[in-house]
Amino acid sequence: MATTEEIRADLAEIVNEVAGIPADDVQLDKSFTDDLDVDSLSMVEVVVAAEEKFDVKIPDDEVKNLKTVGDAVAFIERAQNG
Amino acid sequence: MGILDGKRILVAGVTMDTSIGFAVARVAQEQGATVVVSNFGRALGITKRIVSRLPKETPVVELDVTDQEHLDRLPELLREHVDGLDGVVHSIAYGNPETLLGGKFLTGPWPDVAQAVQVSAYSLASLSNACLPLMGSGGSVVGMTFDATVAWPAYDWMGVAKAGLESCSRYLARDLGPQGIRVNLVSAGPLKTLAAKAIPGFEELESMWSDRAPLGWDEKDHEPTAKAVVALLSDFFPATTGEIVHVDGGYHAMGA
Ligand SMILES: NC(=O)c1ccc[n+]([C@@H]2O[C@H](COP(=O)([O-])OP(=O)(O)OC[C@H]3O[C@@H](n4cnc5c(N)ncnc54)[C@H](O)[C@@H]3O)[C@@H](O)[C@H]2O)c1
Repeated sequence: MATTEEIRADLAEIVNEVAGIPADDVQLDKSFTDDLDVDSLSMVEVVVAAEEKFDVKIPDDEVKNLKTVGDAVAFIERAQNG
Repeated sequence: MGILDGKRILVAGVTMDTSIGFAVARVAQEQGATVVVSNFGRALGITKRIVSRLPKETPVVELDVTDQEHLDRLPELLREHVDGLDGVVHSIAYGNPETLLGGKFLTGPWPDVAQAVQVSAYSLASLSNACLPLMGSGGSVVGMTFDATVAWPAYDWMGVAKAGLESCSRYLARDLGPQGIRVNLVSAGPLKTLAAKAIPGFEELESMWSDRAPLGWDEKDHEPTAKAVVALLSDFFPATTGEIVHVDGGYHAMGA
């Protein structure tokens, strides 16, 4: 089972690849829009890439609840365990 | 055996797996077609990831229909993947949701309207024209409309653009008919896609649709629409052009 930190690191790599944000900035307490400047189109791409990487489904209705990196990591952890 | 065995199809306008174009690409592949998809700008990155969810490997080419250079180089890009085209699917539309849609009809500014008409209507002609060097007799062009004969809540200037698209397809049918190329549209009911979600108030249409359509309506099921597009791409509509096929549960035929 992947640890929280492993998921965060993988997600940070995706955010870096999609939006060019330094992976080290992608910390659990950071907001995608307010702190990292990830716009809605980039967020869609992050979600698609994360679904592939973590083999989970992130429904559209859920995406708006994923405000921070921590929210996303927690969702992925739940989806992988459930 | 599929109804598109051996056919080479370009599907223009695939961003997500919820895009109507994605469902068309999937059904076309299931029916034996070789499919190339296109998209534009930053959405291209999403397209390149999402095609891995299609049943077959699918090349992605870049095409912004407002960029003449992109249109000019399209045949060259396509020839890297296919030696010709039997069908072109136009699944492209854009109208600025902030200024043109969701109740802003009276104040819609011309530059934004011009963009909506260029991307959503004129591009059916420019895309068809760009693909002509690759197409021969038996070719089929299919576009996507939302019934433009009446005014809808929220749809506003996109409705005007769709009226232009519907007329554009009739003129294209006239001018491409002598070359044996058919041009038709599928008029779909409301479907949950990125574009639909961008229209403020569009969801009101959805509930009304399922109530009134005699066959009912599932806005999450893109397959009936995709199947109609694929049927029009196939050889099963050989004498049909300038037509609009409704895939709307029968909504358009009801008075109330
Ligand atoms: N969703 C509905 O309810 C519905 C109903 C009837 C018809 N339609 C039509 O179906 C078609 C596909 O829309 P969709 O609902 O699948 O949404 P979508 O957002 O998934 O697809 C629209 C596509 O158009 C592309 N596009 C926009 N501007 C472009 C440009 N300048 N150059 C090239 N491509 C460009 C987008 O990148 C996107 O891939 C549109 O014509 C739409 O109007 C949709």
